[in-house]
Amino acid sequence: MNALTGYLRQAGTAVRFLLFATLVLGVAYPLAVFGAGQLIAPYQANGSIIRDSAGTPAASALIAQVSTTDAGAQDPRWFHARPSAVKWDPASSSASNLGPNDPTLLDTVTANRTAVAAAEGISKDQVPADAVTASGSGLDPDISPAYAKLQVRRVAAARHLSADTVMSLVTKHTTSGLTAFLGQPSVNVTALNVDLSATAQAK
Amino acid sequence: MTFNSGSFILQVAALLIVLAALHKPLGVYLARVFVGTTSSRPERLFYRLAGVDATTDQTWSVYLRSVLAFSAVSILAVFGLQRLQGVLPGRGSLPGVDPWIAMNTAISFVTNTNWQTYVPEATVGIFVQMALLAVQNFLSAAVGIVVVVALIRGIARTRTQRLGNFWVDLARTTFRVLLPLAFIAAIVMVLGGVVQNFWPTDVTNHAAGISQSIPGGPVASQEAIKELGTNGGGYFNANSAHPFENPNALISLFEVFLLLLIPSALPYAFGRMVGDQRQGYTVAAVMGILWLASTALMGWAVSTGQGTATAAAGGLGEGFEQRLGPAPSAIFATATTLTSTGAVNVAHDSLPPLAGGVAMVNMMLGEVAPGGTGSGLYGLLILSIISVFIAGLMVGRTPEYLGKKIGPTEMKLAAMYILVTPTVVLALAGITVLLPDAMANAPATGPHQFSEVLYAFTSGANNNGSAFGGITTSGPYLSTMMGLAMLLGRFLPIVLVLALAGSLARQAKIPASAGTVPTHGPLFGGLLLGVTVIMTALSYFPALALGPLAEGLLK
Repeated sequence: MNALTGYLRQAGTAVRFLLFATLVLGVAYPLAVFGAGQLIAPYQANGSIIRDSAGTPAASALIAQVSTTDAGAQDPRWFHARPSAVKWDPASSSASNLGPNDPTLLDTVTANRTAVAAAEGISKDQVPADAVTASGSGLDPDISPAYAKLQVRRVAAARHLSADTVMSLVTKHTTSGLTAFLGQPSVNVTALNVDLSATAQAK
Repeated sequence: MTFNSGSFILQVAALLIVLAALHKPLGVYLARVFVGTTSSRPERLFYRLAGVDATTDQTWSVYLRSVLAFSAVSILAVFGLQRLQGVLPGRGSLPGVDPWIAMNTAISFVTNTNWQTYVPEATVGIFVQMALLAVQNFLSAAVGIVVVVALIRGIARTRTQRLGNFWVDLARTTFRVLLPLAFIAAIVMVLGGVVQNFWPTDVTNHAAGISQSIPGGPVASQEAIKELGTNGGGYFNANSAHPFENPNALISLFEVFLLLLIPSALPYAFGRMVGDQRQGYTVAAVMGILWLASTALMGWAVSTGQGTATAAAGGLGEGFEQRLGPAPSAIFATATTLTSTGAVNVAHDSLPPLAGGVAMVNMMLGEVAPGGTGSGLYGLLILSIISVFIAGLMVGRTPEYLGKKIGPTEMKLAAMYILVTPTVVLALAGITVLLPDAMANAPATGPHQFSEVLYAFTSGANNNGSAFGGITTSGPYLSTMMGLAMLLGRFLPIVLVLALAGSLARQAKIPASAGTVPTHGPLFGGLLLGVTVIMTALSYFPALALGPLAEGLLK
């Protein structure tokens, strides 16, 4: 009986503690971070939204944006992102979570390799690993510089731009410096494609 | 993707340097928070509102009762309010959460596990994320810290029943330590690209004919405490692989720093509170050596790029994010499993088999290098007690630890602590592999399927929360078994630690004699290291042999 009343008294304190702690940690704290974020870094706090030449919000620089053909393949007029386990849907996010020896994964990467080689008109052994493997989030906006270079010819032809113009855009959207050293050099396909459409329109 | 060894080594070195620079100031600050007797004006107001009598000093059993009552109330609140999501604000169009998922998630966040059986984007709205899950990120981390503080007081105090006041310790840890650090960390994250708003943004790329709804939410505020409190429950399903949680390699490194920060400063606070800094440094050195060794092993295992599918892909890539790549992912994967964090920036399921194995071993070590906030240090202090017992047997003396006799009561409690988690992991994983219906939730084949199950229960019972994500645990059986693993793996050790604290506090301090085994210095550190590794190896080797070792070593 003593232990029970002891527990009940503790539980009463627990309820009140949780309630008032929630007001501080669950309401005031996120609002304070929100306020500070909107004040000092509104671009990042609101999802790194990039605008097209007309000024309308076109994409988030951090989220893959992929235009697919009716067959579900990536549109040949644009730079391709990495394969995605969630079909690049920003309302979800996931990796394939298939093991390194998984037979399904083996089939998938083999099929991806064939498809990428065919799309770019190159031999299969030239296809880099990031082009055939699904990313951790399914929303990876980046590809390797090697994969971007492979796509220059196709994109330039589709958009009637010179390969040099397209290549200079790729270079512009390739990371360098500290983040590239800590991680690895990457080309932001989402930003690249938004820039590409602006360049194609300006021409 | 290639493993950049130079980048890997420099990042590990940078972490070591920054943590070494900060352990002392933060440790001093932590010790001051825990030994201080005065309350600030806002704290006094908070105590009055919450009905806390800040002047009482609790016995171990009352302290435990407070921990359990608080955790039970938290679980019920998080469960109940998730179920009621359909009538609460800030949910978008989401209905109440499925009961099995709500139960599992409530236990998961209150036990500091943050196992994600729910898919956040499709299950929980802003209210649940912000007012339930993020709040438990703070409080469950604080509970871990206050339990180790009670144990340290038990060691430091003499001839007393009193271990302190749970509510005061909880409030101070939350408001003086976690909240200010989380706020600073959240601001850094926003600057680095992590989202913090309350609405989605519609975007349209007219030229390409694509419209997207870019998600928003209080991500930075949750991400900061998720790492700082070694929690690990992501705002998004992909966790720290999601670009909005981890926008670049610099933030990734910052997140690793955050999850190591408090656990690596606690040993200094411990040394200060027991009045012998050498004790703190010995514990910290063991943590540091284990962390370095495991990080190196993980780096090697990842760089092998083992696996038939990996070879067919032409190297690592599956489950990795391009902007991060193998080196930051290996560093993150080690730190997240050596602490009780469980956040992931790479899909652990797709890592080379031996790398997945290293992640499992890290958790099986009991997450002590440097471990979860509080739980890492109390784990290593228990292992220290086991070590002095073994040393005492070798030299034929009654074991003692920091002037306290390690008698039959203390040894029983310590031994049970060591046995609880492996028993829970192996029993529940063992039962599960015998049930074909349950195994259907782990779709992999061969040793990898066993690894998915072993990983899940290891992660649950050690309150880690990372996963071999191929397994689906949202059904009634696995959500219950995982809930059980998390509860037992969290609270049985806490009961034992607090009982031990009570038993140590009652004793008088015995002066060190010629027969006392010193519990500092390289000799004892080596013994502690050996005991930690051997205990783990003895408990888990057969299970590891059936999973990651079979997959990684057999062709």
